[in-house]
Amino acid sequence: MSEHATFLLDGEAVPFVPGQTLIQAALSAGHYIPHLCYHPEFKPHGSCKVCTVKVNGRTAASCTLPAQSGMVVESDTDEVNDLRRTLVQMLFAEGNHFCPSCEKSGNCTLQALGYDLGVMTAGFRHFFPDRPVDASHPDILLDFNRCILCELCVRASCEVDDKCVFALSGRGLSKHLVVNAESGLLADTDIALTDKAMEVCPVGVILKKRVGFAQPIGRRRYDPEPISAQALRDAPRAPSGAGHCAACEVEE
Amino acid sequence: MTIPRGGPTPETELTDILARHHGDPHRLLQVLREIQEAHQRISPQAATHVAKSLGVPLARVWGVIGFYAFLTSKPWGRYRVLFSDNITDRMLGNKKLLIALCEKLWVEKGRMSEDGLVSVDTTSCTGLCDQGPAILVNGRAIPSVTPARLDRVAELILAQTPMEAWPAELFVIEDNIRRKDILLGHDLRPGDALRAAIARVCVPGSAVEAAANERSWREGIPSVALCAALSVLEEIKRSNLRGRGGAGFTTGMKWEACRNAPGKDRFVVCNADEGEPGTFKDRVLLGAYADLVFEGMTVCAYAIGANHGFVYLRGEYRFLLEPLNAVLGRRRADGLLGRRILGQDGFDFDIEIHLGAGAYVCGEESALIESLEGKRGVPRNRPPYPVTHGYLQKPTTVNNVETFCAAALIAKHGSNWYRAIGTAKSAGTKLLSVAGDCARPGIYEYPFGTQICQVLEDCGAENTLAVQISGPSGVCIDASEFDRRIAFEDLPTAGAFTVFDSSRDMFEVARNYAHFFAHESCGFCTPCRVGTALLKSTLDKIAEGHGTLYDLAEIEKLDKVLHQSAHCGLGHTACNPTLDTLKRFRPMYERRLKSLEFEPAFDLDGALAKARQMTGRDDAGAHLSLESES
Repeated sequence: MSEHATFLLDGEAVPFVPGQTLIQAALSAGHYIPHLCYHPEFKPHGSCKVCTVKVNGRTAASCTLPAQSGMVVESDTDEVNDLRRTLVQMLFAEGNHFCPSCEKSGNCTLQALGYDLGVMTAGFRHFFPDRPVDASHPDILLDFNRCILCELCVRASCEVDDKCVFALSGRGLSKHLVVNAESGLLADTDIALTDKAMEVCPVGVILKKRVGFAQPIGRRRYDPEPISAQALRDAPRAPSGAGHCAACEVEE
Repeated sequence: MTIPRGGPTPETELTDILARHHGDPHRLLQVLREIQEAHQRISPQAATHVAKSLGVPLARVWGVIGFYAFLTSKPWGRYRVLFSDNITDRMLGNKKLLIALCEKLWVEKGRMSEDGLVSVDTTSCTGLCDQGPAILVNGRAIPSVTPARLDRVAELILAQTPMEAWPAELFVIEDNIRRKDILLGHDLRPGDALRAAIARVCVPGSAVEAAANERSWREGIPSVALCAALSVLEEIKRSNLRGRGGAGFTTGMKWEACRNAPGKDRFVVCNADEGEPGTFKDRVLLGAYADLVFEGMTVCAYAIGANHGFVYLRGEYRFLLEPLNAVLGRRRADGLLGRRILGQDGFDFDIEIHLGAGAYVCGEESALIESLEGKRGVPRNRPPYPVTHGYLQKPTTVNNVETFCAAALIAKHGSNWYRAIGTAKSAGTKLLSVAGDCARPGIYEYPFGTQICQVLEDCGAENTLAVQISGPSGVCIDASEFDRRIAFEDLPTAGAFTVFDSSRDMFEVARNYAHFFAHESCGFCTPCRVGTALLKSTLDKIAEGHGTLYDLAEIEKLDKVLHQSAHCGLGHTACNPTLDTLKRFRPMYERRLKSLEFEPAFDLDGALAKARQMTGRDDAGAHLSLESES
């Protein structure tokens, strides 16, 4: 493929290098596509589906679909944004998200996406699952109520920290985060405050204790500008980890 | 190394299991399954031991245990009774039987008895719909459960009789073959198809010969042998054989893509994870036609140049493991497996059986491969496809059990013979798993193009209201469509053929299937994880009499979201049974709706009861106005 290969995103030509997925190419070229489980520093994963776009008339997750020359991609359309809004509503319905009392409020990607996509109602009846917190660790709190199962902490802990503190267990609606300890408690893992896994949670699951609500309303991350205006600043970035963990992904 | 501290797993046995699997992390699921079978659970100590021995993080081990329905780290009791909960089991009264057993054993459904003896629960279709209701006791299948047979089971449990000492007649499973055609009536002896494959020669001057000569040098294989292999591939392509697992991909194209994929090692995988509710043909093929299955796999290996094969056998078919291994052993002894098959230099191929552990989604080929690698059975992102990046990222051909059987027949009898059967677009025959409201449930083999009414007549179905073709991920048709045909161009099917007579409530059928999908969703993607749960709760709401027209519209909206954004076929098709029955049997839904206007999902006035109690008020002002209800 030539270095001038491009695809059309909402009518604009977007260049890409072979191997890039749609979202990687779009973000590199300064085009925002809403996303949640995608993170420029980790291998695309494709589970939240918020980054879904229409490619040549068919829907696909833009974070995992390799870009190809001549693709016609629709992203910022009513139909696709409707779908994204519904997916975000589903994530809210699935967990226990009480923004006013959550210390991640204002810095939360899910909340910011909700605002930006115009989520004005609950949309679905909420499930109100029973998810006890893990406060066993002296410095870190795990509040599973807010987990959206994006696996960013799983990927960060495995790919960057080389610890694999987190993994997912269960399936369907009872899928949940587990930690790497026979007791099942975070205190018995080797997680450290300096771990990459501590930084990546897009919602309020992995929290440092005793530092909550540090920023006043108005100065939180998404107070001045919506997520769509900020996302491009973060992306793209070079992967920070070696991307290996002998025990994890045997593939590649 | 952590030595299990007085846990239920003796360390020596654990060490034996781990040694049998060479400490290979790809065997994690097989190791866990064997521990589960030996001890009815995988204790935290055992999990830690396994994690250390295989060099995988403990969290990963938890993840695998939590994914598969037949694995547990919490005790389930010494005996675990699982009632198959397909709609056909429901129709045969499994609910009543379950309640009766719970009462007899003094146990609550889903909870272990206080003495740790037993637990009783339901499980997804166990593939015994022709002889239901069926149960699994510690993973062993018991068909045709009657109150008398269930009493027997209860007595054996209460007497704590070891499973090995249970009477063999409880476990007898019938084949129920009702109609044979070319496949079930075949006359091949073991090795016939392989001998025919090896004996194939290129037509002089043909494209196949040219390709063989050209590749011979590149692949380091004598051109005569390559000629035979490529001729087999050509026959499969010319036969028009399409996959029998439901998707109907052209088998020859799949094999060719795998053969042409770069890389040295290739794999043949037989998908025997027959989880679609209502289908059980693979159970019969693996039980009574195992040689034909293995012969087809070996033909495939010959055609694509593979050295290693797997059968991924669903956990519910655990009872087939020993018989299948016996057939594999005999074929090795006869020179039909192993090194230099039939004396051919370079034709080395062997087959190994991996067991699943209760996960329908593993029938999806990339999820199956993940599971073969010992991981959670989550479908992969595609592309790349398994033909180029399959097991261990190597080229892999995954086919259904029945597809391999057909391939063996084609290798022996040729493509012209095969193409002459069936229709122009659907060559050959199809096995149907007929169950439900009919006099003669069982396996029926028909040439493609057979009408639904023909099948209904042959199986003795009367007053038929609807037929679910190809299980919940297929289609539901009503009497006006019984002239339609089993064929890729009309009604494609993986084989399930579930009959409902006019006494059945199709809403309950759809609700059963909705519960199935919610239970079996792997939970990887948002739309399927949450969407299948929302569909289930919406149908439950309608069943409880709180449904409204709004809910029916919500189902259509969910369907659209799932079709647009679900990660795999499970999510795409999850709403199909509901929408199919809604389209054809709408009154069965509407008569359950509380009103055809909006109705809240809960009792608003009832929700204020606590507030009234706390304030000590019960006057009219403390109640919501009821005027609007009239």
